Amino acid sequence: MDRRSFLKTSGAIGATLACGKAHAAGPDPEAAREFVGVLVDTTRCIGCRSCEVACGKANSMLVPDVENDGALEKERSTSEKQWTVVNRYKTTKGDVFVKKQCMHCWQPGCTAACLTNAMFKTREGPVIWRADKCMGCRYCMVSCPFNIPKFEYNEWNPDIQKCTMCYSRLQEEKSPACVSACPSDALMFGPKRDLMEIARVRIYNHPTQYVRHIYGEHEVGGTGWLYLSAVPFEQIGFRADLGTTPYPEYTKEFLYSVPILDFGLPTLLVGLKLLTDQVARKDHDSEDGEV
Amino acid sequence: MSTTATALSPSNGASRLLRFLLDELKPRPPFFTPFNLISVPIVLVGLVILAIRFTQGLGSVTNLNQDFPWGFWIGFDVVTGVALAGGAYVVTFVVYVLKVERYHPIVRVTVLNGFLAYVFYAGGLVLDLGKPWHIINPIIGNSFGYNSVLFLVAWHFVLYMVAEFIEFSPAIAEWMGARRLRRFLQSITVGTVIAGFTISTLHQAGLGALFLMAKGKIHPLWYTEFMPVLFFVSSIFAGLSMVIVEGTLSHRVLKDHMDEEHGAFDKLIFGLARGAALSLFAYYFFKSLIFIHEHHWNLMGDFWGNWYLLEILGLTLVPCVMFAYGIRHRSLGVVRAAAVLAILGVILNRLNISVITFNWFLPNHYYPSWQELWITAMIICCEIWVFRFVVTRMPVLRKARDFD
Repeated sequence: MDRRSFLKTSGAIGATLACGKAHAAGPDPEAAREFVGVLVDTTRCIGCRSCEVACGKANSMLVPDVENDGALEKERSTSEKQWTVVNRYKTTKGDVFVKKQCMHCWQPGCTAACLTNAMFKTREGPVIWRADKCMGCRYCMVSCPFNIPKFEYNEWNPDIQKCTMCYSRLQEEKSPACVSACPSDALMFGPKRDLMEIARVRIYNHPTQYVRHIYGEHEVGGTGWLYLSAVPFEQIGFRADLGTTPYPEYTKEFLYSVPILDFGLPTLLVGLKLLTDQVARKDHDSEDGEV
Repeated sequence: MSTTATALSPSNGASRLLRFLLDELKPRPPFFTPFNLISVPIVLVGLVILAIRFTQGLGSVTNLNQDFPWGFWIGFDVVTGVALAGGAYVVTFVVYVLKVERYHPIVRVTVLNGFLAYVFYAGGLVLDLGKPWHIINPIIGNSFGYNSVLFLVAWHFVLYMVAEFIEFSPAIAEWMGARRLRRFLQSITVGTVIAGFTISTLHQAGLGALFLMAKGKIHPLWYTEFMPVLFFVSSIFAGLSMVIVEGTLSHRVLKDHMDEEHGAFDKLIFGLARGAALSLFAYYFFKSLIFIHEHHWNLMGDFWGNWYLLEILGLTLVPCVMFAYGIRHRSLGVVRAAAVLAILGVILNRLNISVITFNWFLPNHYYPSWQELWITAMIICCEIWVFRFVVTRMPVLRKARDFD
């Protein structure tokens, strides 16, 4: 399936779904919206790092000197200057290039961690960060399973830096800058439902070319960015031990217990106090009796 | 002690009060005490470090980096400091709810210690924030992140500071000679204690819950879904051990400011030790259950296994047994030593979870810079200054004259 027919099909699917949902839920345009994401096919990535350059330009961040900086020589992480990086991994099937950025989790740990809603999951799917709300506590960094939010340690007024899936471009009906810049169709933008279908079709059609796993389908409850690979994902820098539970779930029990304790415990304590009052009074009375 | 501050004419009263406050605020000799000679330079250099920190960013004075967003300031000052301040909610609960009157003499000093610990150590959090001027966002309500553990911890922190201030405020009223105010403040003490206990339970547990989403980053020997419960239980013996140690120290140093009732601290120690021993045992038992249930013996044998054993045997089981031995044989020395070990155990536990085993698998591990340690020392010195100011002026370690 080429890109055009994909877009046509996905448009048709989307429209059908939109109609179906709109019909069921009434005229609410928001209800029809699906979270978007990006499918990364690491077997197609040629390591040209055009995405890094495009990202830097689109978001006024560092634009790397791809020709001369030799950055592929060692494994890098995203930084407070670069929202996305491409790494090269030596694998059993030769060199594999892997783009790294925010995964835009379905239920993000960072947004559950944020006490000011500065880290925010938008209706469209991208997870964005809002400077006017953030107090710089860095709890999002502690809570992100992928270590994506980065902090400007050398600024007096530091920001958190992370990929926003080019949220402002999306609102102009454009794709993320990295997707638009990719020359090898390694990146594909769209609603996750469609991307999953594409990914599955590729695996079924080329069973020898891919491992039968789509990273991000279920990891930490599902992510917006999905990855296809020819080799097991541990070989190309992914953690395989993150589980399928959305990270906010880990704090749910505690959060539920808070109102219960906040109202239940005082009731218990007041009862206890009334009891000890009574005991104290009895003691007092009997003492008086003795005297 | 002036009782005229309650004079009928408000303007007269206000000017008298102002004069009284100015008089009291003046530092009193001796100035060249050993503590002053040490603390003044520490604070002065600390101010320089803070000036650099607030102009050049956190990276200029700390070793924090992208892999270690929380370091010594959060791990020790906030997470550990709050656990060690747990004595206040335990002692007020015992005195005001359980009505065990013999602990009444230590209520004020314990609440004062707790309050100052919150103000300074939890206040130290502000130094660690990237945008501290946005700290009002979650409080005044333009951005409520209800689903955040930190949101709940922050709110419970703030409310508990208010509760502790109210619990302590009768001492301030006595100091100012405000009788009517004192009567009012005392009438709300029990309600405040109940609220304070509730809030404490939750934010002590909440500090443990903060790390629930650091799954995969904290070593599995320390990461457990029961961290909130463990943090709460351990704050009980941490707080009680702190009361024992602080009480012992202040009864050496501040003997002159104590009356007879407050001077007789030693006979309370065994009761406090009993509470500490019981909660230590409950904690140890709970830890053992988790160890067995999660098959943690598979993780023994390497450095982290031994490090875990040091914490759980050397600094949890050993002080528990020592407390029991000390109580049985009426040995103050053993009980005090046990309290010190238990405190060390809690410090190690909190640091293990927040800093030491955080991202344990990374090659370049975080360790605090000298500036981070220095600022912590500065915070402690400032706290002691305020503590000294209060106990030498307000009726904390003695009964107020003219009252009761």
